[in-house]
Amino acid sequence: MTFALELDRVRKVYPGEPPVESVSGVSLTVHSGELVAVVGPSGSGKTTLLNLAAGLERPTSGSVRVAGHAIERLPDRRLSGLRAYCLGVVFQQFFLLEQQTALDNVAGGLLYRGVAAAQRRRAAAEVLERVGLAHRVHHRAGRLSGGERQRVAIARALVGRPVVVLADEPTGNLDSEAGAGILALLRELNHEGTTIVVVTHDADVAAAAARRVDMRDGRVIKDSGSRPEVGSMP
Amino acid sequence: MTQPFANSRLRAADLLPVGTLGLRTRRLRTVLSVIGVAVGVAALVAVLGITRSSQADLLARIDRLGTNLLTVVNGRALSGDEVPLPVTAAASIGRTDGVLASTPTAVMNGIGAYRTDRVPAYRGGSMTVRATDPSLMSTLDGRLARGVFLNDATVRYPVAVLGYNAATSLGLTDVDGQRIWVGGHWYAVAGILEPLELAPEIDWSVLIGNPVAAQDFGYDGHPSRIYVRADTPRTAQVADLLARAADPQSPSEVNVSRPSDALAARLAVTGAGTALFLGLGLVALCVGGIGIANVMIIGVLERRNEIGVRRALGAARRHIGVQFLTEALLLAVLGGMVGVAVGCLVTAGVAHRENWALEVPAVAAWGGLLSALAIGAVAGLYPALRAARLAPTEALRSV
Repeated sequence: MTFALELDRVRKVYPGEPPVESVSGVSLTVHSGELVAVVGPSGSGKTTLLNLAAGLERPTSGSVRVAGHAIERLPDRRLSGLRAYCLGVVFQQFFLLEQQTALDNVAGGLLYRGVAAAQRRRAAAEVLERVGLAHRVHHRAGRLSGGERQRVAIARALVGRPVVVLADEPTGNLDSEAGAGILALLRELNHEGTTIVVVTHDADVAAAAARRVDMRDGRVIKDSGSRPEVGSMP
Repeated sequence: MTQPFANSRLRAADLLPVGTLGLRTRRLRTVLSVIGVAVGVAALVAVLGITRSSQADLLARIDRLGTNLLTVVNGRALSGDEVPLPVTAAASIGRTDGVLASTPTAVMNGIGAYRTDRVPAYRGGSMTVRATDPSLMSTLDGRLARGVFLNDATVRYPVAVLGYNAATSLGLTDVDGQRIWVGGHWYAVAGILEPLELAPEIDWSVLIGNPVAAQDFGYDGHPSRIYVRADTPRTAQVADLLARAADPQSPSEVNVSRPSDALAARLAVTGAGTALFLGLGLVALCVGGIGIANVMIIGVLERRNEIGVRRALGAARRHIGVQFLTEALLLAVLGGMVGVAVGCLVTAGVAHRENWALEVPAVAAWGGLLSALAIGAVAGLYPALRAARLAPTEALRSV
């Protein structure tokens, strides 16, 4: 059986004096359709774990598989293709292109798949409507509120229908009301079938997820396990 | 559930919008970098254009004046005064193969020309009195500003024709009833010549006939300067023969010169100046290129987050590199186009002022654009590589 995301004894060591081992031997499998919260204090290695899962970094040892493809074996252009086709990433700081419209930002999610501009915009408009921003399509990203920006970022991650969406503290830069809105959106999307992994230290976010993985010092110390109806894990 | 996926790719049609994003969002910086390159390219184009236009003008003048005029003088002259050649020189030059026409002239040393007889003789002017014959007009291809030239009849009488500068110096603008005081004799002024570019010494001469020179000043028939028109393709060979023809006893003392060489030398001089200014233009262009490199490096630093997001969205290293290289090339090409336009305008302005025909060599326009492109490529390469090599997680670290 192939999992959406599969980490097998993954280690990540950053060179230096002394070398820093951010992730030390994490094994984790995420099934299609899961909503997983990776929780831990800062420095616990959860962001590194997310970067590894997003194909933005390669593990020092162990294996990271996205939709069955081991990222550590892919050359740059293949790995970039994997990110473009199979992965969607949402960041705490949104990282939108401020001068561009919401529509163009979301359409950018399909840019490196070589999809034609008109088609990209059509898909982007659909997803923007889905995240509740139909009225903001032609507003510049820089003019939107924090909650709206994060919705644009989520739409950008979703527009390519990725195998898994990875979100790094998606509510971290938002007030509690906007944060709750984003959380509700992530839950709705998950109910519709999107696989989501959220990295957070926010208890509310962690509580919203069906599965909770606790990390400390680069290790998984507790995993509440997959939902029985989807996974094969206990 | 193994989902297939393709390599990441960026459509060619998307390259321009992506590559111009930085230019569109940072307009002032774009304008300043474009100006930097434009100054260099404009300098190159203007230097080449102005040189070409002035050379074209010189070439046209050389063409008009001809390159087949030779002058023969005695090389022993030390002080600048002309020294006599043998009496037979003119005749034997006339017989030399390849000579179409020749006219001897002789300076009457110590003879001055004045407007009145009240000027003391020691206040000699810069004019020379020169004996010659009527063929001088056709040999020099000269033109009269006023009056008539010497003819077979007037060479016997006290009649003078003035070179252009001589007339100006004597204050004569017309010839009607004017006379001048030449070495103690009154001479009637028959004509005034237009300036002669290839024989400037005639411009400063008062021309009188050989017979009247013999009569009034004891001219003995020794010419001091002989003008020769040669068959154009054989001009150089004819020049080699003239020294021996002029003075068979001591040919080494005879100087044969080709006045059009002076114009040709000016042509070479404008070319030499061009190399210098072209060099300065290239320096300016390099400075413009460094400006682009600077702006691009700053851009890469400022846009780290954008680079990181693009990598996260699926951009390969090459796509990031190409994006920034495109931006640098566009800056350079914009600068190149502005520079070519400005260079042409400057050339047109100078050509208009100098009354030249406007001529901008195509190589200047293309060369300007291409050198801008090359500068852009060189300037953009390092920043583009730096952007491409930036690790995604490094790029996503908040600044």
